[in-house]
Amino acid sequence: MQIRPKQWFKTFFLTEMLRGMQLTGRYFFARKITVQYPEEQTPQSPRFRGLHALRRYENGEERCIACKLCEAVCPALAITIESEQRNDGTRRTTRYDIDLSKCIFCGLCEESCPVDSIVESRVLSYHGEIRGDLIYTKDMLLANGDRLEAELAADREADRAYR
Amino acid sequence: MPEINNFTMNFGPQHPSAHGVLRLVLELDGEVIERADPHIGLLHRATEKLAENKTYLQNLPYMDRLDYVSMMCNEHAYCLAVEKLLGLEVPRRAQYIRTLFDEITRVLNHLLWLGAYALDVGAMSVFLYCFREREDLMDVYEAVSGARMHAAYYRPGGVYRDLPAQMPQYVASPYRDARRLDELNANRQGTVLDFIEDFTRRFPGYVDEYETLLTDNRIWKQRTVGIGVVGSERAVQLGFTGPMLRASGVAWDLRRTQPYAAYADLDFEIPVGSTGDCYDRYLVRVAEMRQSNHIIAQCVNWLRQNPGPVITDDFKVAAPPREEMKGSMEALIHHFKLFSEGMSVPAGEVYTAVEAPKGEFGIYMISDGANKPYRMKIRAPGFSHLAAMDEMAKGHMIADVVAILSTMDIVFGEIDR
Repeated sequence: MQIRPKQWFKTFFLTEMLRGMQLTGRYFFARKITVQYPEEQTPQSPRFRGLHALRRYENGEERCIACKLCEAVCPALAITIESEQRNDGTRRTTRYDIDLSKCIFCGLCEESCPVDSIVESRVLSYHGEIRGDLIYTKDMLLANGDRLEAELAADREADRAYR
Repeated sequence: MPEINNFTMNFGPQHPSAHGVLRLVLELDGEVIERADPHIGLLHRATEKLAENKTYLQNLPYMDRLDYVSMMCNEHAYCLAVEKLLGLEVPRRAQYIRTLFDEITRVLNHLLWLGAYALDVGAMSVFLYCFREREDLMDVYEAVSGARMHAAYYRPGGVYRDLPAQMPQYVASPYRDARRLDELNANRQGTVLDFIEDFTRRFPGYVDEYETLLTDNRIWKQRTVGIGVVGSERAVQLGFTGPMLRASGVAWDLRRTQPYAAYADLDFEIPVGSTGDCYDRYLVRVAEMRQSNHIIAQCVNWLRQNPGPVITDDFKVAAPPREEMKGSMEALIHHFKLFSEGMSVPAGEVYTAVEAPKGEFGIYMISDGANKPYRMKIRAPGFSHLAAMDEMAKGHMIADVVAILSTMDIVFGEIDR
């Protein structure tokens, strides 16, 4: 067998191991990249698709006209809508439920909505404590919309040119 | 002399290195594998059957969930199938965006594979470093589509939205002072393309780091060299595709042999291995990451110079822009038709395939002219790779099963479908 001094040197002195350790050692003392989650978050784009919300017009009237396009397009069949004509002759929903345990957050409901009513907000942390908590009713969705309206409007505006 | 029986052992489905839900029935002679019998189906979600009951648009988000570490490549194969049936021409810019994101997906997938493989074989730090880079690419995914993983970004006819002008930035927090925040946001000042370009400049250095940790490492080599050898002829017979086939020395790559999207115009090489063992597969995938990086840089360059539409203006296939939908009655009708009934695709059958990070990901689609596929068959690369498990593992030690399984880059979303 041929003796190769260089190979022997490498084998005996663990050079490749030491080089690896040097690398990990450098990162050991480097500044950490950890994001401390609840207090800080990774960057979010205006296109983020999180928890749903139903929006209102500026005069307080709800946008949704019960056209049921979102119900039709939803691939996971997570949306249930019932509608009725109001006394003033306009059509509005009497029931608007989103089952978030079915939802796959594909964004097609928002894409299909002709009046920008159902939207997906930036909220990504929500929970339910008992069975059924994740079925969001119309009131809950409208409350989401009222709470987040400033952010929702700004995000839609930021992305207007692309839609 | 007492009679000695082989020992039969269950590996998974709960074992962390079973990559999800693989159940492997191992027949052992001492520590040597006599037979490895993969049992699949624990993640079966009937995607193929589901597709028959949903419109062409509704099926798209489910494609992300097949091979859930290379999301956009699956969407690409699906969109190509629908476009081929429709005979539709996709705008050039959309094709470049698709190429860009296919390659970003490839890097994402190989990074996860490398990290998980190193972890399975016993190296911890590589996993953490790989996830650090994945985070940057996930941010790009989110910037364009709004979701970090299940993007639903490609559409039949193009992509949903153009690349945004502003890269999302970190916001102030009690853990970081203003100077540190500026440092973090330094490469996020410009457009998404600027951020990707910055990434392509940094990335080769990161790959060098992984290679420093692994390529020459003696433990790594002991665990991978000569393990799970598949010769080139046998690899073809077994239906291997992608890095599994190329590591065995066959230079077969759909991006080169039947170019789709913008690959015909781009300059890249196809890394090929020689022995077809786990170490070669590692080298091929690392080389592929470098090539992908090169392709990404070319796409960024092209996309900078060539603005234009990103989705077809055929409103029978893609929804009209929102402004137009709100102003024009005809556009509104198209909008309503498309999101309720969906598009009708001419009758016929097509097979389209893309070079997904794991191999040839194909969609075989039959349309009877309705608004839903009549039948859709998914050709998952991992399925034929896993079928070779018995052949590859036979005669190796039990610890090598993990190395072999991991080197196939198994994802159960696509195998069980």
